[in-house]
Amino acid sequence: MKRLLTFLLLFVMSATVVFGCSRTGGNQQQVLSIYNYASYIAPEAIAQFEKENNIKIQYDTFENSDTLYAKLKQGNPGYDLIFPADYMVKIMAKEDMIEPLNIQNIPNNKNLDPKFINQSFDPGNKYSLPYQWGTMGIGYNLKGTKTEINSWAAMFDSKYTGKIAWQDDARYTLAAVLMYLGLDPNTTNPEEINKARDLLIKNKNIIAAFVPDTGQALLDQGEVNLTMEWSGDIFQVMKENPNLRYAIPKEGTIIFSDNMAIPKGATHKELAEKFINFALQPEVGAKISNFTRFGSPNKVAVDRGLIDPKDLKNPQIYPPAAVLGKMKFLEDVGKATALYDRAWTEVKAGAGK
Amino acid sequence: MTKTKLDLLVRAIGKKWLWVQAALAFAFLYLPILILIIYSFNTSRFNAVWRGFTLDWYRSLFSNTGATIATSSSAGILPALNNSLLIAAISTVLATIFGTMLALALERFHFPGRKAVEALLFLPIIMPEITIGISLLVFFTLVFRIVENLTGIRLNLGLPTVIIGHVVFNISFVTITVRARLAELDPTLEQAAFDLGANEWRTFWRITFPLIWPAIFSAALLAFTLSLDDFVVTFFTTGVGSMTLPLLVYGMIKFAVTPAINAISTLMLLASLLLVVSSLRVQKS
Amino acid sequence: MKSILPDRKSQIEHRKSYNLLLLLFPATAWLIIFFILPVLIVLLYSFLERGTYGGVTWIFTLSNYQRLFSGLFLGVIGRSLFLAFLTTVACLLVGYPLAFFIATRPPRWRNALLLLVIIPFWTNFLVRTYAWIILLRSEGVVNTALQSLQIITEPLNLLFTPFAVAIGLIYGYLPFMVLPLYSSIERFNFVLVEAAQDLGANDIRTFWRVFLPLTTRGIVAGSILVFVPTVGAFITPDILGGAKTVMVGNLIQNQFMKARDWPFGSALSMLLTVIILIPVLIYFRVSDDTQ
Repeated sequence: MKRLLTFLLLFVMSATVVFGCSRTGGNQQQVLSIYNYASYIAPEAIAQFEKENNIKIQYDTFENSDTLYAKLKQGNPGYDLIFPADYMVKIMAKEDMIEPLNIQNIPNNKNLDPKFINQSFDPGNKYSLPYQWGTMGIGYNLKGTKTEINSWAAMFDSKYTGKIAWQDDARYTLAAVLMYLGLDPNTTNPEEINKARDLLIKNKNIIAAFVPDTGQALLDQGEVNLTMEWSGDIFQVMKENPNLRYAIPKEGTIIFSDNMAIPKGATHKELAEKFINFALQPEVGAKISNFTRFGSPNKVAVDRGLIDPKDLKNPQIYPPAAVLGKMKFLEDVGKATALYDRAWTEVKAGAGK
Repeated sequence: MTKTKLDLLVRAIGKKWLWVQAALAFAFLYLPILILIIYSFNTSRFNAVWRGFTLDWYRSLFSNTGATIATSSSAGILPALNNSLLIAAISTVLATIFGTMLALALERFHFPGRKAVEALLFLPIIMPEITIGISLLVFFTLVFRIVENLTGIRLNLGLPTVIIGHVVFNISFVTITVRARLAELDPTLEQAAFDLGANEWRTFWRITFPLIWPAIFSAALLAFTLSLDDFVVTFFTTGVGSMTLPLLVYGMIKFAVTPAINAISTLMLLASLLLVVSSLRVQKS
Repeated sequence: MKSILPDRKSQIEHRKSYNLLLLLFPATAWLIIFFILPVLIVLLYSFLERGTYGGVTWIFTLSNYQRLFSGLFLGVIGRSLFLAFLTTVACLLVGYPLAFFIATRPPRWRNALLLLVIIPFWTNFLVRTYAWIILLRSEGVVNTALQSLQIITEPLNLLFTPFAVAIGLIYGYLPFMVLPLYSSIERFNFVLVEAAQDLGANDIRTFWRVFLPLTTRGIVAGSILVFVPTVGAFITPDILGGAKTVMVGNLIQNQFMKARDWPFGSALSMLLTVIILIPVLIYFRVSDDTQ
């Protein structure tokens, strides 16, 4: 047994040494610490920035904006640049967790499409600048549905029993249902919220699952034929599965943007602003969007045709102004979140097994 | 006579059934693993549908082009694995030692407050991980702030804080496992050693330890496993640059948990299996 | 033996208490500093009001606890307890024979087999769960296999069912049952079996009356290590069960994350802890008394 123990120890130690060598030694360079989703940036962009500025980038990942908030609420553990979602920018600004941007250091902000700046969650873009944007809609498998989809009503159609998936998110899913019912997705009126809740409960039996951002995989597998998903997620899978389609429901839907912001206590504020400026270059912005297949807020990139023309012509990725007009950002509702949370629990418990 | 016949029957069936059951259990344990390994060769980025064979994901683990984590999330995998192994190894060693000591104390001594300590022991496994995680985050931040105000030294979250968190929940698992074995130990053996003049330390090493070794080994295995795959507590106690493998994987959910993760898991599996095989060889001699 | 002098005895007593403190110290100190103190913070939070956007505001209130005692939340807790109980029983039924098997192999095989049991769990949890999806989905491995063997004609609806959740949970927690059971069974002295049989008992009786009772501590340890964490499990039920039910783990996670209601999440955690702790302690008090 002692030998086994020694063996184990040796194994762990040697494994550590071997893999430890893969880490770059020598910390003379400055390090920019970024906190973002994994795969949410084009591979070349980081390398390019590192080379041009002779710095190293430490890229850590989080799961979603809520976990970002929970982590940063107690204080910034050392990140210079973060990528919060729209509603999270407002919250973080209110809670004094992010720094105002020095716009002089970010001249490229003029490249941005006016449609995406000066939104209600960050008036005047005091704290953030948009990075990527997209929509929430219905991803569907044409082979399974046999017909094109264009309305949230399809998610309540018993024709697709057992083949429907919603997002496992109280706010976003209830928002979609609220919009289908013609109501404000950011309402704080309990009656309206309960209407949405009741509709979901009524249709519990045709819903296959509530999924945590993995709807596109289930679609791909044919396990569901309709799923509520983010635009870019569906378009990424479409590259591999040509039967899939994305629909922006005609009743309106949620638009989102992920934004760049600098948390309070960042040690390399100017460097972070430099990176923001870099990301707002048309070429870089285009590279990113062509990789993620979400919308680019960079007007110059769009105008110059740097974006993949297929994506550009796609009204689902770049909807016409009329459609965009019917979209709403999700906003934080403060204490009323408890109403949504309770309604959601009731949806799940309502006909749960 | 019929009793003996029944016995023989039971024994014959029992023996076969035991083997069948074990085989089924291992099949159950390894079926998903087989899938995991197969899909590490999948050309599709999404861990969902088989689209073709490729070694690209394995290559991406070692290519290190530009050392960017964004390169289909693969380049960050080895450093993350490194962190995970380091954290798991250290926290396992600490938790196993501390936990065994605690088990001895609880089992061999009666003292005031014993019940309180026993209750204390259960709390880390009862309490939801997210609560432990957040409480540790708040605690550490508070402590760091106080330290900074008193001494000006700025401490930060990082590998040590993660290890501390892991030891917290691992101690309980170790103590409970080792105690179960200690409780069934024959105390007269230790008593005999005492009477023969051996001190406690010697008695422990020569008598108790070899007898409870299987329990300690099991407990250490359990602790290592828990630590390696932990996400929640780790998330709240890491600092910048101390990404672990589970953290990395959860950051990938939004877009795709690529087969690169299957690939690294397969490699880890291979390494562990090698360990098992060589341990068999080592014991042969 | 009887020749221990009085002062040697008190010497031993002194050494004993010194040893005791030494043994106790590291683990208890660690837990007090890095667990109790942080948890006290959470306890404090449960009596505060939530901040408008998250975190806490320093207003004291009992409202978080009052909110807890509604049918909705108690129902969620009850369901989680039930599921945890089922999982524990299933793990016991599958794990006990497996542990027995391993413990009765030749010594040099035992550690290898134990390692084989645990090694699957050194792979990434999420990918393992995705593998179950690939196995259980309508066009997945299981269904395709059953159909090609012509055992069924239509694919079975396995995914997003309680069945899938059960499989996932049993799979995930089996080692927690097997390892403690193994360490308990392994030390079993088979001389006792011979003794029982000399006294006329048959195999079944021997098992039931001699073997099983002496492995009780292992059974209890394994059951606790499976039951307790499973009550709070939510990732597996979500991914494999389609998140169609709320487990108490979901609720708590939600409060700290999406709902950003830390005080309520703290109160919920406290309630859960108390609910689970009490029966466990009662069990130990009872079993200690009967010894």
